[in-house]
Amino acid sequence: MSVTLARIEPSIAGVGDYVALLKPRVMSLVVFTALVGLLIAPGHVHPVIALTALLCIAVGAGAAGALNMWYDADIDARMLRTAGRPIPQGRVTPGEAAGFGLTLAIFSVVTLGLLVNWVSASLLAFTIAFYVVIYTMWLKRSTPQNIVIGGAAGALPPIIGWTAVTGGVAVEPIVLFLIIFFWTPPHFWALSLYRTEDYARAGIPMLPVVAGEQETRRQIVLYTLILAPLGVAPWLLGYAGPLYGIVSIATGAAMIALALRVRAERQGHAASKQMFGFSILYLFVLFAVLLADRLWGGLAAQAVSHFAA
Amino acid sequence: MTTVSNAMDDGPKPETGIRLTEQQLRARRSRSIAIALALGAFVVVIFVVTLVKLGANVLTRPM
Repeated sequence: MSVTLARIEPSIAGVGDYVALLKPRVMSLVVFTALVGLLIAPGHVHPVIALTALLCIAVGAGAAGALNMWYDADIDARMLRTAGRPIPQGRVTPGEAAGFGLTLAIFSVVTLGLLVNWVSASLLAFTIAFYVVIYTMWLKRSTPQNIVIGGAAGALPPIIGWTAVTGGVAVEPIVLFLIIFFWTPPHFWALSLYRTEDYARAGIPMLPVVAGEQETRRQIVLYTLILAPLGVAPWLLGYAGPLYGIVSIATGAAMIALALRVRAERQGHAASKQMFGFSILYLFVLFAVLLADRLWGGLAAQAVSHFAA
Repeated sequence: MTTVSNAMDDGPKPETGIRLTEQQLRARRSRSIAIALALGAFVVVIFVVTLVKLGANVLTRPM
């Protein structure tokens, strides 16, 4: 009788490889948008609880990233943009990434539930499950609407930040959700316009691969026309000040102008690259100004009450 | 894949075991330190949040 055993290769994965599995750049955007949701929420939360909530949201986002890399290892290996990731490079095995992602997902959700509240924890669990199961496992490989619907996962962090303070959902974080939701398609389609071959080689049905460049450019304009007014909505609804109003109108107009340039572009992808880069700046500026507006407003209110007393 | 016979009367010999390379040893050490730091951070978070949530009641120990 003989027993056949799989050889256990000792891992060469360093800490940096595990950090890469967490998609730190995506994580930083998630933390930033969640922070804005948390700080614009009415009511008070102890700074330690707020930091704990952000930490859990960050780790949960990282877990979703690791699970995405586990499932998409085959696709990542075929795309230039992602071929350098730890699993295609052979530094981390898919099983290690899956175990890492699942452990962090469970820890982040349970910790958020026990230390902050279970509404936020449920939303975080939903976000991770939506990103991994609905987007990664299902939509990404089957429909050009993948990033449209899947974008909901990336748009939820401000709502989680808000619920960490209030324990419930309101219009304000839903508007922030909608801003990120409608920002996602033009952002990723601008990227996919100059990465079409990469996506085609990996067999991902991104819009330019399936419907062609012209249709993609048309839809970028349509989504940007919805996005720009949504970007102004926090000011129109009265929970952001005039500075936010001015900045959101100016940057929204710039987004529309860039989208129209992408639409008019016939040769090369200069406008698409510009749109992709500016879209990141656009979202960052909107949320940063909203944050500054709220912090400044809070300080001003404190000063007024101090002098009135 | 490795085929292992069940006739291992002599017991495992040292030279048949897995020898880690210098790179593997370094990687394992760095992972171990990271896990220790993460667990330590987790303990600190739980401790501090417990103090924040219970406040002065942390000293109340009804028998």
